[in-house]
Amino acid sequence: MTPLLQVENIAKFYGARIGCTDVSFDLYPGEVMGIVGESGSGKSTLLNCLAGHLTPDDGSVQFDTRAEGLRDTITMSEPERRMLSRTDWAFVHQHARDGLRMNVSAGGNVGERLMAINARHYGDIRGSAIDWLGRVEISEDRIDDRPTAFSGGMQQRLQIARNLVTGPRLVFMDEPTGGLDVSVQARLLDLLRGLVREMNLSAIIVTHDLAVVRLLADRLMVMKDGHVIETGLTDQVLDDPQHAYTQLLVSSVLQV
Amino acid sequence: MISIENVSKSFVLHNQGATEIPVMQNASLTVAVGECVALVGASGAGKSTLMRMIYGNYLTVTGRILVGDVDVAAAAPREIIHLRRHTLGYVSQFLRVVPRVSTLDVVAEPLLATGTPREDANIIAQSLLARLNIPERLWSLSPTTFSGGEQQRVNIARGFAYPYPALLLDEPTASLDPANCATVLAMISEAKLRGAAIIGIFHDNAAREEICDRQLDVTKYTLGLAA
Amino acid sequence: MSDYNFAYLDEQTKRMIRRAILKGLAIPGYQVPFASREMPMPYGWGTGGVQVSAAVLTPDDTFKVIDQGADDTTNAVSIRRFFQKTAGIAVTEATADASVIQTRHRIPEQVLRSDQIIVYQVPIPEPLRFLEPSEVETRKMHSLEEYGLMHVKLYEDISQHGDIATAYAYPVKVEGRYVMDPSPIPKFDNPKLEMAGIQLFGAGREQRIYAIPPYTKVVSLDFEDYPFQPTKADHACDLCAATDSYLDELIVDDEGSRMFMCSDTDYCSTRRKQGHNGAQGVPYAEDAA
Repeated sequence: MTPLLQVENIAKFYGARIGCTDVSFDLYPGEVMGIVGESGSGKSTLLNCLAGHLTPDDGSVQFDTRAEGLRDTITMSEPERRMLSRTDWAFVHQHARDGLRMNVSAGGNVGERLMAINARHYGDIRGSAIDWLGRVEISEDRIDDRPTAFSGGMQQRLQIARNLVTGPRLVFMDEPTGGLDVSVQARLLDLLRGLVREMNLSAIIVTHDLAVVRLLADRLMVMKDGHVIETGLTDQVLDDPQHAYTQLLVSSVLQV
Repeated sequence: MISIENVSKSFVLHNQGATEIPVMQNASLTVAVGECVALVGASGAGKSTLMRMIYGNYLTVTGRILVGDVDVAAAAPREIIHLRRHTLGYVSQFLRVVPRVSTLDVVAEPLLATGTPREDANIIAQSLLARLNIPERLWSLSPTTFSGGEQQRVNIARGFAYPYPALLLDEPTASLDPANCATVLAMISEAKLRGAAIIGIFHDNAAREEICDRQLDVTKYTLGLAA
Repeated sequence: MSDYNFAYLDEQTKRMIRRAILKGLAIPGYQVPFASREMPMPYGWGTGGVQVSAAVLTPDDTFKVIDQGADDTTNAVSIRRFFQKTAGIAVTEATADASVIQTRHRIPEQVLRSDQIIVYQVPIPEPLRFLEPSEVETRKMHSLEEYGLMHVKLYEDISQHGDIATAYAYPVKVEGRYVMDPSPIPKFDNPKLEMAGIQLFGAGREQRIYAIPPYTKVVSLDFEDYPFQPTKADHACDLCAATDSYLDELIVDDEGSRMFMCSDTDYCSTRRKQGHNGAQGVPYAEDAA
């Protein structure tokens, strides 16, 4: 089996300061990897380098494209990369308003990615939008409402629908449950788990919430000061952490 | 099916003066197809620790843990994930699930994860829940609110949903009444008959006598270490 | 002879604008930035169109100005007089006699010939502006041909109004490449964008020039199940009885009585001269105009 994503020696510097450095890993189809660490550990910088939002100073990000197999997304042309980011890739932002068009209806938000890849049949586009709203548990009669009229949890689910409608293979998530109430988080996590399984999605999830990665991620990467300090199976890293910092991180979580 | 060779394990507590706590030394064990081996020893002797090492939940640094042809001690995470999905089942003492997910879905999940169609998975899950006397009105509810015994039976149903060739059972009969206990033992027997290699921890002597072919006292690998 | 340089602008400026026009013609539908000048009239009065006209006019040209189809509004009269004064050129109200036509909001009903140039006044040249406020991003979208957003706008129309409600400034795709705002002409006029004449678009405040060369393919965006329809009032002109022209609706008294009449005044009067007479029209008399 070919990895979907092969990351080698990614490094990003902000002047003399390290954003992240020496990051390498493979991600296989259907795999979910969590990246945890405290604020400033470089996890978001890494995610943005992988998703093409930032250009790393070193390293390569090979993605298994449908047409040509492994391609370095850092050196590929911008049109190709942007095409990837609206077909095979998806990016779920922490704040839904960063990932939605707030002045466009829910249906238009979901339909945009379809129209961007030349869907030109209104009925079909609307049908897909209704289907996807249903899959993220948003009632069909909200299809013409703008996201400004939605709750935080609904906005986040709408963002997920908008991203997954084109059947991407790789989803980047930046603190997907970050700003949500605990009860809403559980619903979202359950939804994401189901979608990951049904669509055989690969995902990279950045979060500081260890409960989120325990439930969603197969594998875990722990970052500190821009470096990866520990990797492994999620439950192994959480239940038998090897590195001093990971032990501190795990033991610092309040038990309920 | 399962072969453990010279496995050792210690915990290093970096934030408590780098204290090193050895918990297992040179443990060895083999379990054949269709065989059930009980781990015995006093509470805290290291039965669960060994079981967690076999499952890959605890990292093994020295020795080999072969499950089928995969060495858990040396395998990459994705190989262990694949192993857990298709080969090695584990019924832990505690049920850990996403809040809000229905009991039926919790039980069906191992089947869905291995590609069983939703309807077939539901049928299997329903028959297991019925067999373990979980009232049907609870199937659509999340098991997080269930009693200890009910949670334990949901956990067993989930562990037996997919026919794993190897099974780890940590106190599967601990909080069950005699009737349910008998059901679980029957399920274990059936698993043995289809060729599953099983390692179990049984608090209940009678149950252990009934189902296990032999037993291994882990104390000999751990005695004096934890002190 | 006036004291102004021919057509007001200095020769250097006109050459700069002509270069922008030529580039626009070479890349149909592409918005070429140009150094828009201050003109002796306010923005919104057609300063972009005036600069383009100034750059293409020659002393032999005959000039016509249309404002909402009419030649006699303040705006049209001012611009026509401006070039009479600064260029000393001939002017006309007859579409067929003009070699350069500057227009706001309409394309003449009469089919234009290959020896004619039509100059459009454009308020907002960027068709993607509705949904994407960033100029950096819209330029990138044009360069990468990412036009999904245009259809999001049409989708929103249908979902809110049951049909594509955009009635003017209806977006088009030019020669299969650039999506373009045809300026605020009614969508009735969109099919006429495929013509023999040269079409130039000037946006003074936004400092953009773009163009459609003769016989260029211009397609109005739509959905397969909601095809583009060039609509007009379902009525005949009450003055000249034309059924094929774009109509203005006029409330004529306090009782709400109304009449429909051609928006293109030259087209209407030409027809009336030919003897066509509408429901509320009176036969054309030479001195009535």
